[in-house]
Amino acid sequence: MDAASAKLIGAGIAALGIGVAAIGVGNLFGQFLQGALRNPSAADGQFGRLIFGFAVTEALGIFALVIAFLLLFA
Amino acid sequence: MRSAGLAARTETNDGGLDVAAPKAGADGGTSMPDPIHQFDLERLFHLNVFGYDASFTNSSLYMVIVVTTIVGFLLYAMQSGSLVPTRLQSLAEMAYEFVAGMIRDSMGEEGMKFFPLIFTLFMFIFAANMIGLIPGTFTVTSHIIITASLALLVFLTVIIAGFAKNGLGFLKLFVPDGVPIYVLPLVSAIEVISFFSRPISHSLRLFANMLAGHITLKVFAGFIVMLMGAAGAVKLLAPLPLIAVVGITALEFLVAFLQAYVFTMLTCMYLNDALHPGH
Repeated sequence: MDAASAKLIGAGIAALGIGVAAIGVGNLFGQFLQGALRNPSAADGQFGRLIFGFAVTEALGIFALVIAFLLLFA
Repeated sequence: MRSAGLAARTETNDGGLDVAAPKAGADGGTSMPDPIHQFDLERLFHLNVFGYDASFTNSSLYMVIVVTTIVGFLLYAMQSGSLVPTRLQSLAEMAYEFVAGMIRDSMGEEGMKFFPLIFTLFMFIFAANMIGLIPGTFTVTSHIIITASLALLVFLTVIIAGFAKNGLGFLKLFVPDGVPIYVLPLVSAIEVISFFSRPISHSLRLFANMLAGHITLKVFAGFIVMLMGAAGAVKLLAPLPLIAVVGITALEFLVAFLQAYVFTMLTCMYLNDALHPGH
């Protein structure tokens, strides 16, 4: 296998990490919705934490995306 | 070595800041345009300080633009300083209250002495992210050296402020309360590692989000050009990536704000450790 095709395969494998981050983000919003429906009056106060958790979780998927991009373009 | 590589890349650059899409049109629209091109550094004024390359680059230019925008906005908005704020003044006050609220929530009233640092960090990152979203501009925060410098600044502030306030008591940060003595070495080792990996994740998060967002925008923009250049009815698919680009741009505005918020929020949390290392 030459280096170019190995790079492309590596980028594809690295992109799998984004899917794993998607599980995390889905879990986050699902749990928030579950909690919010149980106690709707407390939900608004936790919106900032939800967004914070989203950004921190999503960043891990972005790391995988950056590795994929670096393999493709750098 | 580094400056030689920079010079080589600068020579191939034809002066445009953001020419990924037109380039693709020039070679027939069949090949993928280079989405990395937007991050190239160009020397605007050459400057050599004691053998180090300290040229004024487009990155420096955009940092100057960002700082000028912030200072100009705040000075202009607060010019009247009236009790009943004008529209611009209430914007400036909202920015102040937003950051001040974040500090009060995480550190309490004594954290307000870090307000100048945290407000500057937030406004700089927010303005840099937002200005970078204007097509054709350069995103300052998409280079890891910038975000790493900001993260190291926070990291060193935490260490210095922590030792200045608590003395050696700052080391209690690595010894959590209520941990049995036989697992304490393990827990302390983990705490130390997590403390020293903070600047890495802190800087990488902002950098990676900006880099990935801008590359994604350019990749989808490249799809439009590729489809336009394609033969036959495939051309009709070209509006699809255009719609996607509009959606991604909206998402990127959200990300630009969120990452500035997250960076500032984490700064508050780390500084809180410096003030109250016990827990």
